[in-house]
Amino acid sequence: MTRISLNVDGQQVADDVEPRMLLVQYLREKLGKTGTVVGCDTSSCGACTVHLDGRSVKSCNVLAVQADGSEVTTIEGLAGDDGQLHRVQEAFRECHGLQCGFCTPGMIMQTVDLLNENPSPSEEAIRLGLEGNLCRCTGYHNIVRAVQHAAGTTDATEGAPA
Amino acid sequence: MTATQEPTAGAEIGRDRRRKEDQRLITGRTRWTDNITLPGMLHLAMVRSPFPHARITGIDTEAARSATNVVAVLTGADLGEGQGACINAWPVVTDQVTPAHLPMPTDRVAFAGETVAVVVARSAAEARDAAELVEVDYEELPAALDLKEAAENTVLAHPDLGTNVSAVWRFDSAEAGTGGDVEQAIAEARENGIVIEREYRQQRLIPAFMEPRSVVVDPTGEQITVWSATQVPHILRFAMAATTGVPESKIRVIAPDVGGGFGGKLQQTPEEMIAFAVARKLGKPVKFTETRSESLLTAHHGRDQWQRLTLAATKDGHVTGLKVDLLADLGAYVAIVGGGVPVLGAFMFNAIYKFPAYQFQTTNVLTNKTWTDAYRGAGRPEATFAIERLMDELATELGKDPLEVREMNWIKHEEFPFTTVAGLEYDSGNYEAATARAKEMFGYDELRAEQAERRARGDKVQLGLGVSTFTEMCGLAPSRVLGSLNYGAGGWEHAEVRMLATGKVEIVTGASAHGQGHETAFSQIAADRLGVPFEDIEVLHGDTQISHKGLDTYGSRSLVVGGEALVRALDKVIEKARPVAAHLLEASADDLEFSGGRFTVKGTDQGMAITEIATAVFAAHNLPDGMEPSLDSEATYDPVNFNYPHGTHLCAVEVDTETGQVKLRKYVCCDDIGVVINPLIVSGQVHGGLVQGIAQALWEEAVYDENGTLVTGSFVDYLLPTAADTISFEIDHTTSPATTNSLGTKGVGEAGTIASTPAVVNAVVDAVRHLGVSDITMPCTPERVWRAIADGSSGGATTEAAMPHFDETEGGVQ
Repeated sequence: MTRISLNVDGQQVADDVEPRMLLVQYLREKLGKTGTVVGCDTSSCGACTVHLDGRSVKSCNVLAVQADGSEVTTIEGLAGDDGQLHRVQEAFRECHGLQCGFCTPGMIMQTVDLLNENPSPSEEAIRLGLEGNLCRCTGYHNIVRAVQHAAGTTDATEGAPA
Repeated sequence: MTATQEPTAGAEIGRDRRRKEDQRLITGRTRWTDNITLPGMLHLAMVRSPFPHARITGIDTEAARSATNVVAVLTGADLGEGQGACINAWPVVTDQVTPAHLPMPTDRVAFAGETVAVVVARSAAEARDAAELVEVDYEELPAALDLKEAAENTVLAHPDLGTNVSAVWRFDSAEAGTGGDVEQAIAEARENGIVIEREYRQQRLIPAFMEPRSVVVDPTGEQITVWSATQVPHILRFAMAATTGVPESKIRVIAPDVGGGFGGKLQQTPEEMIAFAVARKLGKPVKFTETRSESLLTAHHGRDQWQRLTLAATKDGHVTGLKVDLLADLGAYVAIVGGGVPVLGAFMFNAIYKFPAYQFQTTNVLTNKTWTDAYRGAGRPEATFAIERLMDELATELGKDPLEVREMNWIKHEEFPFTTVAGLEYDSGNYEAATARAKEMFGYDELRAEQAERRARGDKVQLGLGVSTFTEMCGLAPSRVLGSLNYGAGGWEHAEVRMLATGKVEIVTGASAHGQGHETAFSQIAADRLGVPFEDIEVLHGDTQISHKGLDTYGSRSLVVGGEALVRALDKVIEKARPVAAHLLEASADDLEFSGGRFTVKGTDQGMAITEIATAVFAAHNLPDGMEPSLDSEATYDPVNFNYPHGTHLCAVEVDTETGQVKLRKYVCCDDIGVVINPLIVSGQVHGGLVQGIAQALWEEAVYDENGTLVTGSFVDYLLPTAADTISFEIDHTTSPATTNSLGTKGVGEAGTIASTPAVVNAVVDAVRHLGVSDITMPCTPERVWRAIADGSSGGATTEAAMPHFDETEGGVQ
């Protein structure tokens, strides 16, 4: 067991973990942060995406011990303290960017990172920026609209059908 | 920002309400089965066969049993009869050959991935570690892997059955009295018409829902509670009770948040049965969550057919006959719907066209591969692909535009209702209107002109246009029809309305959503019907203790069958409230009008809201004599017919003739799905459906090697499309209301998937047809397209393209 100490969604936490424990397992099993989910075993789907020191990572691809001393933000820590949704969360709802919602936490966390990097991405930049996050429900159409909406590069109604 | 939308009575249906479900899902406040942790809960890991067909000659569990924190290691023999069985609900013929399917077999495995032992430990990681320590001795048996060979019984998938042919199911319009003799039509066409004969491959696909399957069983209460990532909690409860002897009333099944299904979660799975048996045996709560590889390997697959097709037409292009001969791969066992999937396609090959003669036959074949069952569309995508590819071939033969040939043959809008050669009555539709709109959105004529120009100048990137004018049957299903097809259950749905004392309303539905947005759409229906605010309605589902009766969600049935049940339950509430209103308003019930949520006395300003009546009924102080103090109502609705959405889909692709690369350029569709309850939800269903269908055309295939190993066993190898592979779509609707339900709705869940596959393949073939290509096998990978261009073939089989094993690779590790 190795002692780790980190900040998750604004709270300081510390635990003894097995060296092989993945960050996503730590979040889910030790901290009960079940908002972050596991969709594959090959870091292909991105459902487990969180922010590690402000950048998006697939938390199935990071060992918990690697996060020692870091700051982690999950989907559960994205909204403001008063429950005010992050504009990307709001945009996903507004543009119907989710159906079953399983990929959504990862998709939202990746989008936040994408927009931090590039506040006004083109559709192509959005599609490339989300390439590491799989969704089986939406066909990505409304996810792209949601990102554009959050970026302020399109009106949400443009994405809605006539 | 979400604008607050003030509800207005009668204005909910047709409104693009944002979903009620989303708040939880976008903030991570979710209840996936794998999130559940119970006191003392144990974790399961499966020991799975690496061989597709083998006798189990010994299982040594000693090392695993003695590992730290391992509680038990159990085999099929240890579980005995308590493990129950996996059922087939649809023996398509009365003499169907159906192998017995134990969740954990005791003597022989029939596909690679089948469970032979289960390890129970204090943590999932420890269970998985110990599973590696279980030593299983196998005696390998020859495996039936290739569908065509298996149909010849060269190698038997189940030697004791003596055959691989599970069933031969046939429909013939001359025999059924619904049309003429197909052989005669073909013979006449050979003499003096056009005969198109083709063989198409429907590759094996994997539903690949994003949430891996998970099950938690808690046996510590009076009822055994099962949480499962399932589409079918009610059917699962029935199957568990029917096969284990545990009374149905002692089992509660809950489908909490379920992360997608697409048919892939309508199964009663071995893993659910094993978890149920282990929990009962140990008396402790247990959880099993599969890895993605386990999911791809063992959750049921879809499609996997060979289609031999003969289309007869007159010289001028009027179709005269269609003969369909299928081979369908069931995999190792006949799954819950199983052999019924190709049979669902039987009624759809004739599609929107007026064939005078039709014959369909499917030969359902057992192999030593993962079982197959419903995957989005289930039988209808296969049928639509075949007919829409054939119509393009007919157009080529005639030298006509593919849309022109379709229009010559389709049912005209004034001909509805129309009884088809397959015996179905299409209630409504307007193919002309949907096609006109799609062409306009697409810029069809302009793109044809561009195509001609690029051909003329020999552009290395060629443009192809693909058409698909689909219909489907959905809203499963009239129980009488199911009975006539030998299906083991009905097709009704149930709904209940509870009028609460505070004016709020609870709706219970037997449909079980897993991403469709029922909570939103059903709230809209109830808000309009009852005249109560959208926000005051709560939709409850997916728990057999709350929703005690239901047949769950698949086959685009929730709205058209479950929604109609809801309408009927709501109407009963209104009728129950009417005498109370009359009593309290001191008026005759005949003088009352109900509108906007209020009963009013005609010609006066006197009135009372239905929610006020609910409060009065709760108090029960002053009710009509003899009246039961309740407005709550329920309804069970059995549909009188399927319904028949249709649409015209147009796809433009660019094919690089030097590399075989296919690029989507434009995709437009105009679907007629009757009355739309929520256009936003509909758009999502269409977009997602399109991409799944496009993925079959271009990317996805479950590939087995010659050893019966699934080589596409992870998301690295099974090519789910990404955002970067796909494009934005242009969609629209025409509206021909369904005439067989109150709301006029038709199903939409599967439409996009059913329609899009042939539109894309037709486009790819169209791009390179002038280079001598008339077919390309799916998925149309760059390699295949390139080969087709190079030698005029359809591009070859995929199995040959599987990566070589390391030990076979010259020079060792790559």
